[in-house]
Amino acid sequence: MSQNAKAAEMKFDDQAKKAAEPKNGADLFIETLKNENVEVMFGYPGGAVLPLYDALYKNPIRHILARHEQAAIHAAEGYARVSGKPGVVLATSGPGATNLVTGITDAMMDSIPLVVFTGQVATGVIGSDAFQEADVIGITMPITKHNYQVRSMEDLPRIVHEAFHIATTGRPGPVLIDIPKDIAQTVGSAEFVDELNLPGYQPNFKPNSLQVKKLRGALAQAKKPVVLAGAGVLHAKASEELLQFVEKMQIPVVNTLLGLGGFPASHPLFLGMGGMHGTHAANTALYEADLLINIGARFDDRLTGNLAHFAKNATVAHIDIDPAEIGKNVPTHIPIVADAREALKKILSLDFEAPNAGEWRDKLDQDKKENPLWNTENDDGISPQSLMKLIHDITDGDAVVTTDVGQHQMWTAQYYGFNKPDQWVTSGGLGTMGFGFPSAIGAQIAKPDKTVVAVAGDAGFQMTLQELGLVAELKLPVKIIIYNNMALGMVRQWQETFYEERYSQSLIPVQPDFVKLADAYGLRGYVVTTEEEAEKVMRETLTDNEPVLIDCRIKPKEMVYPMIAPGKGIHEMIGVKPQ
Amino acid sequence: MKRRIVTATVLNQSGVLNRITGLFTRRQFNIESITVGSTETEGVSKMTFVIQVEDDRMVEQVVKQLNKQIDVLKVNDITEQAIVTRELALIKVMTTPQTRAEINVIIEPFRATIIDVAKDSVTIQVVGNFDKIEAMIELLRPYGIKEVARTGQTAIKRGSQRLGAESKQFSILN
Ligand SMILES: Cc1ncc(C[n+]2csc(CCOP(=O)(O)OP(=O)(O)O)c2C)c(N)n1
Ligand SMILES: [Mg+2]
Repeated sequence: MSQNAKAAEMKFDDQAKKAAEPKNGADLFIETLKNENVEVMFGYPGGAVLPLYDALYKNPIRHILARHEQAAIHAAEGYARVSGKPGVVLATSGPGATNLVTGITDAMMDSIPLVVFTGQVATGVIGSDAFQEADVIGITMPITKHNYQVRSMEDLPRIVHEAFHIATTGRPGPVLIDIPKDIAQTVGSAEFVDELNLPGYQPNFKPNSLQVKKLRGALAQAKKPVVLAGAGVLHAKASEELLQFVEKMQIPVVNTLLGLGGFPASHPLFLGMGGMHGTHAANTALYEADLLINIGARFDDRLTGNLAHFAKNATVAHIDIDPAEIGKNVPTHIPIVADAREALKKILSLDFEAPNAGEWRDKLDQDKKENPLWNTENDDGISPQSLMKLIHDITDGDAVVTTDVGQHQMWTAQYYGFNKPDQWVTSGGLGTMGFGFPSAIGAQIAKPDKTVVAVAGDAGFQMTLQELGLVAELKLPVKIIIYNNMALGMVRQWQETFYEERYSQSLIPVQPDFVKLADAYGLRGYVVTTEEEAEKVMRETLTDNEPVLIDCRIKPKEMVYPMIAPGKGIHEMIGVKPQ
Repeated sequence: MKRRIVTATVLNQSGVLNRITGLFTRRQFNIESITVGSTETEGVSKMTFVIQVEDDRMVEQVVKQLNKQIDVLKVNDITEQAIVTRELALIKVMTTPQTRAEINVIIEPFRATIIDVAKDSVTIQVVGNFDKIEAMIELLRPYGIKEVARTGQTAIKRGSQRLGAESKQFSILN
């Protein structure tokens, strides 16, 4: 046994002993968290969790007091996404728990590992509509990877241990543990458990060699291969292997929205993001490919467009840790159920013949040149696209960037140019407005030395702006960039395009003075109306170690292009750069 | 639409039925019947689902989504295997003194039994596969059916399987 393992075992023995001494469920709860190496948790107290908070007071773990439970859980998501560790959340019963629902769903859709604790009314009154009782198990059943209600204090160590395991392995996701108040107050002794007994949960990591051989055969024959790399590459920490694989095979790469950073945007084989606001070259490749190798993406409808036209002529290979994603939306010929990194390692260890795809690459290179991303040239405000390039330059392309949802999100995805993994935090599957700013707080807590930029729309920022208080309190150097178009920009864009410019409830004529708002929290705020001003302010404030809010007045009528209209095929892009 | 029979062995945790029916609703899988009961192993239950699916991909999704549940141990689409399926039905039929004898004759080949007799009705218990029960109900219909209660089908694989009729393999582990 190695020295470390021995030390770990001793530590565990100690803890097992400690745990076996009589104490209450709340004390035990804190110990189980320490046992899982939890360094920070995000939460908000209330009646049903008072015992848990009291135990926390006596035996501290760093706790971030958000100003709203939704922000607490989005912060935990941001923390998890950039640190690779599970985000831990604690909220009270009833309204505390229901305020978490959006974040839990968001984490479920985007496979973010979270362990969420909610208080519950005492077991004796569950089911009686007691004060602040909500059926959190019922509510969160469809939006968690798994959930538990603790029915006896002795079960707590086992349940917590299982929850961390389930949240972080296989396809990651949120696991919720509901703790009735009396369980937290029960005094007893409980043993820590190290083994896991989860016979119904055994994710498969290693690829099946037969399927890998099939992929080899398909690659040798392919003339038009393309790799679609999703967030699975990031979760599996497989970007290095992906790079080696595609360089060896010389296959062009498309990223999904959530997969950005899993492959360097500056790489010659990179075609850009695919899907609704993807590049022309990326979507052309997906449309015309004869071999599509999907690594860790789930063929979301925002990526595929109308399925009838998606990769029609392609042999589809799909590497995914979640078997249920394979064949769910797109018929798949080569299913490889595995961790992306394990699968790529296996592939790299075999002698794969590179496909003969020179002509295909030339064609796509040409496409990239002919149909680049573009923007209008009029000057009634800051160009949102140029602004994003500027942010990239000032931060050396090295910042952690989070976004809210809307036009600014798509511009960030298109223009920031992510070259490294775990720099990119966005709400993809659920598209949750209010996500961007709090997730940046979590990311900053995970990476205190990194520049963290929160890009938010003027509308979405107002959904969770109360967290300015948290930024001020913790002096977190988060850089808040508001893309202010005085509108629910993305809604406005759809109304302009598909509803004959009937701007129903999408324009916000009255905005707060964001600078004064920042000031109210004791934070620096700026408003910029020209690109020169923006550059000046950003060069000064994005590189220092202080929080800042910059209200950027962007061109209000700018559109996110190109675009695939809903229901259309991936080859039917509108808003491609005019020739 | 095709009928498929899927079985699942599950850990008998609180809420497991809720998890599974919720999953069916959420993913728009059509359930014709569900049966649940204990098995030879303590703490493990078996569920049998009769579902209506549009195509093989849909039943593949059903199997895979069920498999993702932490409390689900094993899932099988056993439609194409050598299986025995049984359902119990209780059928209350209107009677007159004249029709009683006739009804007795009708149900006899089905090995059904009369388990309750009232002035103007009898209740018949029948056990069999789906088709047998349907057939008997059709024969009784002209007499006037007052009420039917059915358990839904449960199923078990036969001790010996035909060659090549293995349970359909999906890429759960490839
Ligand atoms: C919670 C929530 N409500 C509604 C929507 C629908 N929605 C998508 S984008 C958008 C507009 C966002 O406006 P803003 O935050 O200003 O960003 P912009 O598109 O202008 O960049 C809306 C309302 C959503 N995604 N999330
Ligand atoms: Mg806006």
